[in-house]
Amino acid sequence: MVDTAIRRTVGLPAAAWLEVVPSATRFILRGAAGARAAAGEGFGISFPETACRAATDGDRSALWLGPDEQLLLAPDGQVERIEASLAHALQGHAYSLVDVSHRQVGLSVHGPHAEPLLESQCPLPLNLRDFPVGMCTRTVFGKAEIVLWRPAEQLFRLEVWRSFSLYVVQLLHEVAREL
Amino acid sequence: MSGRRIEHGGRVDRSRVIRFTFDGKTCSGFAGDTLASALLANGVRVFGRSFKYHRPRGVIAAGSEEPNALVTVIRDEARCAPNLRATQVELYDGLVARSQNRWPSLDFDVQAVNDLLSPLLPAAFYYKTFMWPRAAWHKLYEPLIRRAAGLGESPTLPDPDRYSQRFAHCDVLVVGAGPAGIAAALSASTSGARVMLCDEQPEFGGSLLDEPTATIDGKASGDWVRDSIATLRARANVTLLSRTTAFGYFPHNLLGLNERITEHLPAPSANMPRERLWQVRAARVVIATGSIERPLVFPGNDRPGVMLASAARTYLNRHGVAVGQNVVLVTGSDAAYSAALDLRVAGVRVALIADVRTDAAGAPLDTARQAGIEVVTGATVLGTRGRLGVREVTIGMLASGAVNDTRRVECDALLVSGGYTPSVHLFSQSRGKLEFNEARQAFLPSISAEPECSAGSCRGVDGYAEVLNDGARVGAESALAAGHSVAAQQYRVQSREFSMHGLPGVLPQANHLQPSRAFVDFQNDVTTKDLALAMSEGFESVEHIKRYTTTGMATDQGKTSNMNALAFVAGELGRAIPKVGLTTFRMPYTPITFGIFAGYDRGDLFDPVRPTPMHDWAVQQAAVFEDVGQWKRARYFPRPGEDMHAAVERECKAVRAGVGMFDASTLGKIEVVGPDAATFLSRMYVNGFATLAVGRSRYGILLRDDGFIYDDGVIARIAEDRFHVTTTTGGAARVFGMMEDYLQTEWPDVKCWLTSTTEQWCVIAVQGPRARDVLAPLVSDVDFSAAALPHLGVTQGRICGVPMRLFRMSFTGELGYEVNVPSDYGLAVWEAIHAAGQSHGITPYGTETMHVLRAEKGYIIVGQETDGTVTPDDAGLGWAIAKSKPDFVGKRSLARATMHAPDRKQLVGLLTADPRVVLDEGAQIVATRGQRAPMKMIGHVTSSYHSAVLGRSIALALVRGGRARIGETLYVPMPGGEIPVQVTATVFYDAEGARLHG
Repeated sequence: MVDTAIRRTVGLPAAAWLEVVPSATRFILRGAAGARAAAGEGFGISFPETACRAATDGDRSALWLGPDEQLLLAPDGQVERIEASLAHALQGHAYSLVDVSHRQVGLSVHGPHAEPLLESQCPLPLNLRDFPVGMCTRTVFGKAEIVLWRPAEQLFRLEVWRSFSLYVVQLLHEVAREL
Repeated sequence: MSGRRIEHGGRVDRSRVIRFTFDGKTCSGFAGDTLASALLANGVRVFGRSFKYHRPRGVIAAGSEEPNALVTVIRDEARCAPNLRATQVELYDGLVARSQNRWPSLDFDVQAVNDLLSPLLPAAFYYKTFMWPRAAWHKLYEPLIRRAAGLGESPTLPDPDRYSQRFAHCDVLVVGAGPAGIAAALSASTSGARVMLCDEQPEFGGSLLDEPTATIDGKASGDWVRDSIATLRARANVTLLSRTTAFGYFPHNLLGLNERITEHLPAPSANMPRERLWQVRAARVVIATGSIERPLVFPGNDRPGVMLASAARTYLNRHGVAVGQNVVLVTGSDAAYSAALDLRVAGVRVALIADVRTDAAGAPLDTARQAGIEVVTGATVLGTRGRLGVREVTIGMLASGAVNDTRRVECDALLVSGGYTPSVHLFSQSRGKLEFNEARQAFLPSISAEPECSAGSCRGVDGYAEVLNDGARVGAESALAAGHSVAAQQYRVQSREFSMHGLPGVLPQANHLQPSRAFVDFQNDVTTKDLALAMSEGFESVEHIKRYTTTGMATDQGKTSNMNALAFVAGELGRAIPKVGLTTFRMPYTPITFGIFAGYDRGDLFDPVRPTPMHDWAVQQAAVFEDVGQWKRARYFPRPGEDMHAAVERECKAVRAGVGMFDASTLGKIEVVGPDAATFLSRMYVNGFATLAVGRSRYGILLRDDGFIYDDGVIARIAEDRFHVTTTTGGAARVFGMMEDYLQTEWPDVKCWLTSTTEQWCVIAVQGPRARDVLAPLVSDVDFSAAALPHLGVTQGRICGVPMRLFRMSFTGELGYEVNVPSDYGLAVWEAIHAAGQSHGITPYGTETMHVLRAEKGYIIVGQETDGTVTPDDAGLGWAIAKSKPDFVGKRSLARATMHAPDRKQLVGLLTADPRVVLDEGAQIVATRGQRAPMKMIGHVTSSYHSAVLGRSIALALVRGGRARIGETLYVPMPGGEIPVQVTATVFYDAEGARLHG
């Protein structure tokens, strides 16, 4: 068994509007369209066909990052289980499934200030009309690349590569001083 | 004393008295005052000294176009802002302001001698005067000019303020909240479109605030503004930004706005940014920037007390300040009559209205005469008098083009108006085409280049009803263009208003050659004589005249001067104004701080600092770090008393004799997965991967298509269809990008996909003869004995109970492993290895030691031994190329004859004759002694270190035909003399590689 007791995530200062998402299982699934459909069955979610949209069912989510790329999110400790079920579902398909659970840190920015906080350093329009609930995309926050996902009206989930997470959080705190 | 506060009226809050100082003298004003209005109310006439001649200058305008009244506002030693326009500085309690460009005082300034010397200081005098003697330039002329030039003084301490940045998107951005802008915002936002409305002033309303007697739809103008803004504020789809200047118009309807947040507050919160940069992307832009009154050009027109008529009206109606007690108005437009009439009503004596138009007639003149004001037409101004402020004006009467009568009129303020110039700055910045309008004598927006539309007086519309309706229409049309439909409202206006048409240029003079100077550009002290001189010296293009005389090149960008300069030049050349052309408008519209561009990018946030999972541990061990890209890497771990040399010597010896551990987490990693993964890698790298067995790895070299080394790394086959590729630390992102590019654009048929795993894996290199002994008790589920896991073997198992990819590899030449574990486990596994290694004397080492150890083995570092012109063969890595492969990136370029020329620079080793001498990296190499500069350089040192294990210096170098020179002596010329070096092979230690296989 994996000794999760020795697991240490990046130490990041939280705030009323900012939480570090608990450790999670993450995969990048890449492959042709046929593989996506089959993988959806294996993962238990029909993967979004629309660009920049996320699909969620229970505690699992699939985020469309590109025509052949999905970010899969699940609770911590499901690496082997998901690998096995997807391998089964994807038999006969060409695909790539890579565990990136530790590659990035999840941040949750929520509350009425979430939108202006993120718009300070993200050049995309984040109002509900242009960035509706369920939308996700790769973008930047300041000088860091992030994946930005809006699971709810006043909730944004940021997926940040772990070495950039301190920068992103410090920058968020700096911006928050003026709100 | 000339200016004074009138009893009633104005928009200032007379219940709130505000104290401030100007040049050390305590004054008072009211809330709502600007520094300019408060100083005028205190009777101040001289606001500053001019740039070149140090002439006393007063305030001319009431807005951002002010050229003269530049002041320094001081909050503390670090917060000291020079060159602020007093007309835009809002008064707050305790404000400290200082005049500029004068010493010792405003009223007596030593450098005013320049004014007497003015015949010696014509346009471009600096081009002509300081040419000889040549040696005097650096020591005498330049320091003198630098001291005399420049406006204000910059603070020398770091800026303690915060600056904010924000991106925003909207359907309609309205620039300017005068009547046209407010009407545009009202109709656009009624449609449901998202609207942003910004204005550079603290209060919305624009010129309506100067027009208290007008009514709009039955409401007093002030009430209409208040109610309209309240309506807009209540709408969720509207963002209102006051004190916000749209300073730049960039492609694709991106506008830069500068919001001043705390500048007007006496004690701003430390959390509030001083200013904010808004980068607004708008579907449509409405430019409603209004127009600016032009001064008139006549001798003595820069004397304090000479002021735009519109400014006098603003000071009266907004601030309750009469700019004089006895005023004369000289005008070329009807609109200026309102200023005289308003002042008359406020009890100010209007001594004379001198209309420069011979054919002036109609309502404005009649109204003025009915009010008891003398009006003359066909007048001109021949001069003014008064040392520190106008006392008297000499009016000349024109008849058939000549001055046939003169009269002197006493006054303490001389109001001038040449009509209005539409503010086309933003339109012009957007690359829109301007067209000269004969009737308006102005350039007006013609053909748009961006999705924008001008509204109101900035496009020549005259009259409040017309301006409001134009704004409403443009607002509705802009909303419609952005997908929101609404009908434009029609406004009914009642007001006494006169046409803004006027005449640009210079008033006629009795004697064309008279010596008195008529100023065109106040801020840069450019007179009509300067312009005439430029033309007499052969400059005819307005762009050349501008640069030669500096007219329009001051911080005000010629807002009040450009049209007058243009008209003067056109007149002198006998050409039409549009034939002379117009200079380019550039951002920023008004000066802005560097702070907003820096924004949050300062201090720790200047650039992301990327720490590895072991960063904090290394900090605790007193590691010295170096920056590698954005990463922080431990360079060495000094013990108390050790310098870098001693620490690296110890670390090197530990690895060679026992065991060391090294954080290699920053190495780039790419997981290449898919049925065609081996095919893909064989095409990318020079090496072959089809035959690489699962559980084996290979050193790979990646070229650009020009055949030069781009990156290198170790590539391991984890499964038939899965490779673990490592890249250099700095090359990770660009290698990933290059691979993705090839996959998407060149070989879409290749079935494999890339995933960056750089940060998924934490990498701990354990290197040295005792490496296996250290790891053995921690590793489970795998046999990694020498037989089971030979050099370049790869396996998977567990370490400390967590999953691991274990690479048998070495960048040191010793028995070595690279332990890859998921990053969250990295620190714990690192600590466990460190603890387990204690009995073996395990020594953490940093990048400096890693560099020495690999140089001893002749292993290259991409970017150190290579510089983008090095082929694999140059680097001595020709063996890595799989020659049987049909193709790989760069193969065709490598086939060029020149890539095999025998005199290419090749990587060799160098040993100095004196083993204690460590060569400088980058030092040049020559073949023979005693050459004189320029010497024939045949190569350079790429790496140079003291080797602990060899007890001497070593170096790697790129040398022309280097491999054929092995055994020769070459020379490294240095300031202290030539250093003889012997050319050797690149491997200095354990040439047979026996230690690798331990």
